[in-house]
Amino acid sequence: MTRPPVEFRDVAAGRALQARLERAMSRATRPITLMHVCGSHEQAIARYGLRSRFPGNLQIQMGPGCPVCVTDAPEIDACVALAQCGVRVLTYGDMLRVPGSALSLDDARAAGARVELIYAATQCVEIARATTEPIVFFATGFETTAVATASVLLSDPPANLFVLSAHKWVPAAMEVVASSPDTKIEGYLAAGHAATITGYGIFESFVAKHGKPVVVAGFEPLDILSGLVLLVKQVLEGKAAVVNAFARCVSRDGNVRAQDALFRVFRHTDGDWRGIAHVARGDLRLRDEFAAHDATLRFADELATATPPALRANLAECRCGAIMTGLQSPTDCPLFGKQCRPEAPVGACMVSTEGACRIWHDHGAAAAGISR
Amino acid sequence: MRSLIESIFLAGVNDAEALAMGDGAAILLGDRWLVLTTDAHVVAPVFFPGGDIGRLAVSGVVNDLAMMGACDPLALTSSVIVEEGFPLDSLRRIQASMVATCSEAGTRIVTGDTKVMRRGELDGVVLSTSGVGLTHRVVRDSGLCVGDDILVTGTIGDHGLAVLSARNDLGLDGDLRSDVAPLNSLIRAALTAAGDALHAMKDPTRGGVISALSEMADKAGVAILLDQASLPISAPARAAAELLGIDPLAVANEGKALLGVHPSVTSATLAALRAHPLGRDAACIGRVRAGVRGTLMLDTGFGTRRLLERDGDPLPRIC
Amino acid sequence: MCLGVPGQIVEITGNTALVDFWGVRRKVALDIVDEEVTVGDHVLVHVGFAIRRITPEDLAETLAFFEAMTSADLEGLAPDARTLGTGKVEGAP
Repeated sequence: MTRPPVEFRDVAAGRALQARLERAMSRATRPITLMHVCGSHEQAIARYGLRSRFPGNLQIQMGPGCPVCVTDAPEIDACVALAQCGVRVLTYGDMLRVPGSALSLDDARAAGARVELIYAATQCVEIARATTEPIVFFATGFETTAVATASVLLSDPPANLFVLSAHKWVPAAMEVVASSPDTKIEGYLAAGHAATITGYGIFESFVAKHGKPVVVAGFEPLDILSGLVLLVKQVLEGKAAVVNAFARCVSRDGNVRAQDALFRVFRHTDGDWRGIAHVARGDLRLRDEFAAHDATLRFADELATATPPALRANLAECRCGAIMTGLQSPTDCPLFGKQCRPEAPVGACMVSTEGACRIWHDHGAAAAGISR
Repeated sequence: MRSLIESIFLAGVNDAEALAMGDGAAILLGDRWLVLTTDAHVVAPVFFPGGDIGRLAVSGVVNDLAMMGACDPLALTSSVIVEEGFPLDSLRRIQASMVATCSEAGTRIVTGDTKVMRRGELDGVVLSTSGVGLTHRVVRDSGLCVGDDILVTGTIGDHGLAVLSARNDLGLDGDLRSDVAPLNSLIRAALTAAGDALHAMKDPTRGGVISALSEMADKAGVAILLDQASLPISAPARAAAELLGIDPLAVANEGKALLGVHPSVTSATLAALRAHPLGRDAACIGRVRAGVRGTLMLDTGFGTRRLLERDGDPLPRIC
Repeated sequence: MCLGVPGQIVEITGNTALVDFWGVRRKVALDIVDEEVTVGDHVLVHVGFAIRRITPEDLAETLAFFEAMTSADLEGLAPDARTLGTGKVEGAP
């Protein structure tokens, strides 16, 4: 079988990079904690078993880069409410099992609501065109995914297609983490595919303000290992620069055409991210010009009169926010492993296979890379 | 699911008279064992690339018998429960498929039952099949020994990925098809080559290779280490898995078996498997080790990771 | 959310490309890709949209980059790690 030329998974090269990382960390006089802010980076790290060979004094922690984790309960509740009103709702698979304050979309579906999975944003157009009833697309994900939603709305979508936007903007969350006075994070691995859209230039002000290096990395195992080598090098040398280690996909200015589409359709608003609470400019919401396709306007009455769901007991004790920003570890949470387990998750960190609590629960502390 | 089965359905089965293992059992009859198995099939869509519910139902029961060492099924039963209004033409296609699959396996359906339920009370059609066979030696899924090699009879993940793709209308164009097939003649060849050195067998259906090997390791009190580079995966399955963010090791296979064999017979067993049309891609994918019971690990070449069973079917993800 | 998967364009019809992923193919929208693309180009695909054209030069440079990363000297790194301002930051340890 021919290997795709776009895969970079040479095991020998991997070993060389791992040895390089080991040598670098052997010269470190203290443990170092780095953070990545992308669910797909965590997936890739887990998939290739990279943590099993990280040097013992290097912690790679997952930050608030998992859209499943940070989509707040009220946002899911709104979507569940619409589904329970009989509206056909379309969602990506990632969000199906995330609990809101009480129910997930999957729970609603089991009870008879019409919740359907889609895999490509264009499917919502096909589905809307095939019917006259309103279709609501639960638009979740970060900027990489938001551009697809934007493109759909700019392509003369059918009048019965409505978007419930829960899109978010990752750099805003990096800002929250880096600004926290207690943060132990010394460097950031930036999400490669998001940077394909935004360019790496947007990290320059972040680096200047916080004095912490940022390396943009891709998702092949060699991409991640190279990114970490370059990040560790900077940290040990006391440097703080933006380095692009994913040049085949990322340029300084990014994909301008996609950015234009994104900002014609969306504007930044302040957001409440699950567990982190306030993230300034963290959300992407539809501009007024697209009011005709805004689900919050079309279904304002239904959303206003929906019975507020009975809150899950324990929600107040959930520590997802502190865990996602690296301030606490899963075992600091009173619910971890007891009321909050993969089969019965309270917070999203346990729902998502990328969530820190789920990884810790399934693979152990070392796998979660949580700094103590 | 397993705890439900154990607590409600297996309570009270006396091990001296019968061996109850999962969905099969063996009863001693003179110098041979009478092996019985039963299964129910619900699949959507009913017709999928590479097969249909009828082929699935027959292969399922033939393979369950084969996994216990009974490679010459004596006869099968087939019960059909169908929703009122289910297209007659579809029923005919399903029936034809069942007959053809029986013929492939060298067996026949000798009796059955049919029920019709009111529209809306059932989703399409449910098939339930039972099978019976004889064997001198019952092979269990609990017999792995430290040092055994783990063999798989062919490519991994085909059925689960094909059905998922068809069910969600994911627009993937390619030769992604279910592997559903009766394996009895393949397994007969393996048993002939390996003899008593074949210690354990299981077919990785729901939950995939991860589920099956975890259970085998747990029952034998051993651990297993798999080698990523050795896993046979077809190009369409590999590509679909990358696109959907799904692990081929976690989805169902309906025409494959996992064998635990003493390393002295690995070559001979692989040769026997590869000589058979259903075993061309057979490979040794790992080894049994001493360790924490039930632990399944994968060496990716970049490190090792624990493979864990997940609740529920994998969903396509975009992240 | 960034499950971006690279594929190769085999056919283009208007604003849609048929992309090959070395085993399966899928239709992909070209509305927001950064450059003009032609048959034979590689693209990075996310939720059914091409978001970046990847050239053969990009792939070759990537191989060279990994070569450089695994060899002894990291100073004056191969061109693909584009850096901005590598001076020491005030106040850093």
